Amino acid sequence: MNVLAPQAALVSYLVRLGDNALILGQQLAAVTGRAPIVEEDLANANVALDLIGQARLWLALAGEVEGAGRTADDFAYFRDPAGFRNVLLVERSGVDFAHATVRDFLFDTWHFGLLRGLERSSDARIAAIAAKAAREVEYHARRSGDWVVRLGDGTAESNARVRAALDALWPYTGELFEADEVDAEVARAGIGPAPETLREPWRRHVAAIFADATLDVPADGWMQSGGRSGRHGESFSYLIAEMQSVRRSVPGERW
Amino acid sequence: MSEANAAAGRWPLWEVFVRSGSGLAHKHVGSLHAADAAMALQHARDVYTRRNEGTSIWVVESRNVVASEPADREMLFEPAESKTFRQPTYFTVPEGVKHL
Repeated sequence: MNVLAPQAALVSYLVRLGDNALILGQQLAAVTGRAPIVEEDLANANVALDLIGQARLWLALAGEVEGAGRTADDFAYFRDPAGFRNVLLVERSGVDFAHATVRDFLFDTWHFGLLRGLERSSDARIAAIAAKAAREVEYHARRSGDWVVRLGDGTAESNARVRAALDALWPYTGELFEADEVDAEVARAGIGPAPETLREPWRRHVAAIFADATLDVPADGWMQSGGRSGRHGESFSYLIAEMQSVRRSVPGERW
Repeated sequence: MSEANAAAGRWPLWEVFVRSGSGLAHKHVGSLHAADAAMALQHARDVYTRRNEGTSIWVVESRNVVASEPADREMLFEPAESKTFRQPTYFTVPEGVKHL
């Protein structure tokens, strides 16, 4: 493995954290108005706002550490799709409510474990953001977990849909626990947990929720990878275009 | 919205009470639809405490609320209108009374 300069590794790490929150936040914001009932619509929008707020904090800190004058908005709105470093899981589209629920649950559970680890970061700025975000994400994980149980242990139709979603999305969970030179440097410096250490607690929680939901934990087969190094799915450029279109149509405008 | 209305129509209605601070009473803030009590609490949190309104939530299924009949209003409440002596402000405090 290459050894990265600590500062470069930290910027990359913060951009990944920010991009995960930003992309899932955008996904949830994009379906505002389409939930089956208004109460769920508001809940979705709340989660979206939490995540976009977290993305602002991570990306602003990335710009500060980088020291080149980039703001959170510069990161969000003026990078091209290949510049984004989110895991592929968060860019998967919510084909139906079951897909969106399973995607969010698999991510939220991992996200919460990661943030709990980051609360003990050797970097006080990171620990502070993680502490705030962990309280939000604890609720996200509880809500998406409840829905996995409701759908899995619901009707034949909801069970079939959640199984199909799980089969489609499970291959995207491997990337959550990958480690490259950025993760190695971050773990070495005590800034963040080594990804592998998050795996067992994540599996235990996922297995417990699946048991309540009458779902089996899928076998680990071939896993998708690439989002963390900028290789994204085909639909990703549309997602980014929609997110950036207003900002890019009036560069420099202030709201 | 037809799908939305159908889903909402199948789920029972719940009344939501939020306590805004320690020592204060839970106050009725509105109602919502939810499939069960756990979901009602989550919906209440997401719908009614978004602007930092609450420290505690109660939810009660609306069908469990027993209400007085609107037709009984005069019988029940008018007799109290003329009894202003039941208001503490009706009485003047005698001079020299302490610890009030």
